[in-house]
Amino acid sequence: MPTFFERRQLVTPGDLLAEGDYVAGENTYKEDSRVYATRIGLVDYEDKKVSVVALRAFYIPRVGDTVIGTVVEVGFSGWTVDINSPYLALLKASDVLSRPFKPQKNDLTEVLDVGDLVVAKIVSYDRTHNPQLSVNEPGLGKITRGQIVRVTPTKIPRVIGKKGSMISMIKQETECHIILGHNGVILITGKSIEDEELAMMAIHKIEEESHTTGLTDRISQLIKKEKEKGR
Amino acid sequence: MSQKTEKLIDKKGLRLDGRKSDELRPIKIEVGALSNADGSAYIEQGKNKILAAVYGPRELHPKHMALPDRMVLRCRYHMAPFSVQERKSPAPSRREIELSKVIREAVEPAIFVEYYPRTAIDVFVEVLQADGSTRCTSITAASLALADAGIPMRDLVVACSAGKIEDMIVLDLMDIEDKVGSADVPVAFMPNLGVITLLQMDGILTHEEFEKAVNLAIEGCKKIYTLQKEALRAKYVSVKEVEE
Repeated sequence: MPTFFERRQLVTPGDLLAEGDYVAGENTYKEDSRVYATRIGLVDYEDKKVSVVALRAFYIPRVGDTVIGTVVEVGFSGWTVDINSPYLALLKASDVLSRPFKPQKNDLTEVLDVGDLVVAKIVSYDRTHNPQLSVNEPGLGKITRGQIVRVTPTKIPRVIGKKGSMISMIKQETECHIILGHNGVILITGKSIEDEELAMMAIHKIEEESHTTGLTDRISQLIKKEKEKGR
Repeated sequence: MSQKTEKLIDKKGLRLDGRKSDELRPIKIEVGALSNADGSAYIEQGKNKILAAVYGPRELHPKHMALPDRMVLRCRYHMAPFSVQERKSPAPSRREIELSKVIREAVEPAIFVEYYPRTAIDVFVEVLQADGSTRCTSITAASLALADAGIPMRDLVVACSAGKIEDMIVLDLMDIEDKVGSADVPVAFMPNLGVITLLQMDGILTHEEFEKAVNLAIEGCKKIYTLQKEALRAKYVSVKEVEE
């Protein structure tokens, strides 16, 4: 039962990764007893599971994910939200207003208009229906201030770090409040623009060097250095 | 042809551009040439210069065209007015519409079309300079652009042509060889799976000649495949270098 690559080696679609009694993980597929890659990325062998960490991918909604989206359309009973995915998400008016909603009385554009950004949670999604959003939780809803950073959705786990080590470090160092959308959109709100810019720079740096080791320490040092300069 | 055909193969068995019968034209591939597209590739094969761009998967408009169980692959093959000697009208010709379909059907088997239902992928292939076998070069570029866009694929699709000129089976026909020669066999192939996704023949070949042409084209495909993979890797090579 051979494997054909080293761990963390770069593979392209169609590369034969393993043969025999293996389980096909993310971004791979199994045909007969052979496991192939479906995306360009880095291979990972874990016991019997073969997977590829994709370098290029798009966001596919998952129930429970927090996402940050842009309102693109206001309808009769809700909004259509672009969540940086192949599928547009729906946000119901009754969900946002949290009281009985009467189309004759309420003007939806007063609550959310085209171009507004919202933090929301995905409450339902499957192959046959577009994702549905909810803002019925503390911390969710319309974004009124802060900065937006967009990264490749596959890099979000790296921004979070092991058990949130990376993100909590950035939060602590920059004193910013950061909301990570699983769809690759990140909202940063800080006390001053300088703080926000510091956090933005750190996140861009993570995106560029996401595949290197010891990144958390280096980012931490970088922020400290920049802070010194600012003073 | 204005004057009676020039010799396509000289006494030494070399072709007009000095190639041997089983030799490919020089190939240069660049992945990610366009920044606005989700995925893109630029390829030069001899005098062929082709740009491919991929958008998607995205919401399909008009919506009634969306399929409930799979994504729709849309493909546009277009030749620039300046791509050939005589100005080509920029309006899609009958030939371009057909080639769009041919390219779509050649790359579709490689894509996991059932993964993202109700969406569409748009592939745009723009021929900047044409010199024979553009459908093959286009397929090679299109599949690279798809991989660059992060679309899950079974394998990269490579295409290469073979044909018959002056009673000889040769690889990778260029424009004059295609026009003056007696047969042209374009083949698209998925090398890791050993699957042919496109096979056409224009002209007349005997059974043996046909088999020889197909095998030769597949050999050519395998050679291009290594270049294709190299090009795709090159875009991410910085990633590879800094690995522990």
